[in-house]
Amino acid sequence: MSENRTRMMRSLLLISGLLLAASAPAFAASEADFKSAYAAAAAAEKEADAIRDQWTTAEAALKAARKAADAGNFDQAIAAAKQAEALAKAAIFQAASEKDRWKDAEVR
Amino acid sequence: MRAGPPIRLGTAVLSLAALALAVFALNARAAPASETPDPVADAKAFRDYFVKKFPTVKPDDFVNGPYSMNQDMRKQWEDMEQFPPYEFALEAGKEMFSKPFKNGKTYADCFSNGGIGIRQNYPYFDEKEGKVITLELALNRCREVNGEAPLSYMKDDMAALTAYMAYTSRGKLMDIKIPNDPRALAAYENGKRYFYTRRGQLNFSCASCHVQNPGERIRAEILAPALGILNAMPIYRSEWGGMGTISRRFVSCNSQVRAVALEPQSEEYRDLEYYLSYVSNGLPISGPGSRP
Amino acid sequence: MASTIRVRAVSSGDITEVQALIQHPMDSGYVKDAKGQLIPPHFIDQLVFEHGGKNVLVANWGPAVAKDPYIKFSFKGAKKGDDLKISWVDNKGATDSTIAKIQ
Repeated sequence: MSENRTRMMRSLLLISGLLLAASAPAFAASEADFKSAYAAAAAAEKEADAIRDQWTTAEAALKAARKAADAGNFDQAIAAAKQAEALAKAAIFQAASEKDRWKDAEVR
Repeated sequence: MRAGPPIRLGTAVLSLAALALAVFALNARAAPASETPDPVADAKAFRDYFVKKFPTVKPDDFVNGPYSMNQDMRKQWEDMEQFPPYEFALEAGKEMFSKPFKNGKTYADCFSNGGIGIRQNYPYFDEKEGKVITLELALNRCREVNGEAPLSYMKDDMAALTAYMAYTSRGKLMDIKIPNDPRALAAYENGKRYFYTRRGQLNFSCASCHVQNPGERIRAEILAPALGILNAMPIYRSEWGGMGTISRRFVSCNSQVRAVALEPQSEEYRDLEYYLSYVSNGLPISGPGSRP
Repeated sequence: MASTIRVRAVSSGDITEVQALIQHPMDSGYVKDAKGQLIPPHFIDQLVFEHGGKNVLVANWGPAVAKDPYIKFSFKGAKKGDDLKISWVDNKGATDSTIAKIQ
């Protein structure tokens, strides 16, 4: 059980680290800034999708980003896009680290 | 002849080698298992794990999920079984099963023994196609071959049909076969891999709940043991207010750990069903079931 | 069309135990569908069990009762072979009823 807690902690630390970096305050946000942030997030999501390890919260954040941008709220949109990117990247990290780890949990 | 230094040296070398081998063996034990999967050994270890963890539970009772883990829930369930909520779906399923298609054929024409008492043989590995065929997949294929539109894999009509077919197999023992075909072994191993791999933002694997924490609570629910967990399918879930198939449960489990679900009957899900059913071989079919 | 009411009534001595399972969506009117539209209220208003010309149980249900409701109760004064009549009416004015033999 402690092995799992350690791994969960590690993952949680990684995720919070990524989220902290992602939530850095945005200055005079423009549509161009949003477009690049969104493109980065969408690319990460596409990669997570391709390895079939996508998170619902990553998808939701990307949708929220698009919705905020459509309403002209680029500050919020960029924050959401960065969050989506962070979550999608965490999912990709998860898939890679879990690729062989599962064997440790196997009942034998 | 007196044992001289050479023999003592030999003994020492032998002991060192034995020690090295033991150390190597220990390390190898911690490392991933051998390359060729051994489903027979897996199934035995799987069953032994749960039997050992729950010595007061009768092995056959594991198929009753949370009701084998909690007395209070069990009483409520036994009460409900007198008038089970899946009764409507069961009757509808029986009716649907015997109703002919537009071309005059019936489901019975697609299955051995007319589709009665065969649920425990699914899923199976189709060596011609090289993939796992589940009961739901077989039912939709039967429909398509006879000019009918396929059913949704998740609930309603599909759940009613599989409820009826499961009912005709009640009490029969799960009997999944893995043919001597590397592709079948690969599918089995893929299912096992999926079962134990963490996923979703909550970073849970199926095993996190159903191997490591059966009988414990997750919020207000009692977790079911993985052993025999598909034997009661399809189920009427009070949470759903209706019936759901194995696909529905896999999809919702994925969403619950914040992983984007795969398509019902996707390869991973079928392989997962193959693995979970195989390691539950020898346990009785109890479907259709009801769950909180 | 098949009855929406499944009922089993068993008498033992003076007590008759009744169980019934009724097929009904029991939509409260507060739940939204996949498109975000409210599903209109559609629930049983009243359920009546009648024996020997007398109402032995009257249930005033409503939006708080869940889908496919199940009810279990006991009453006195009936014996094996008697008729038990069950009927319900919902908020749309639809009704269903059935008569069961007490076992």
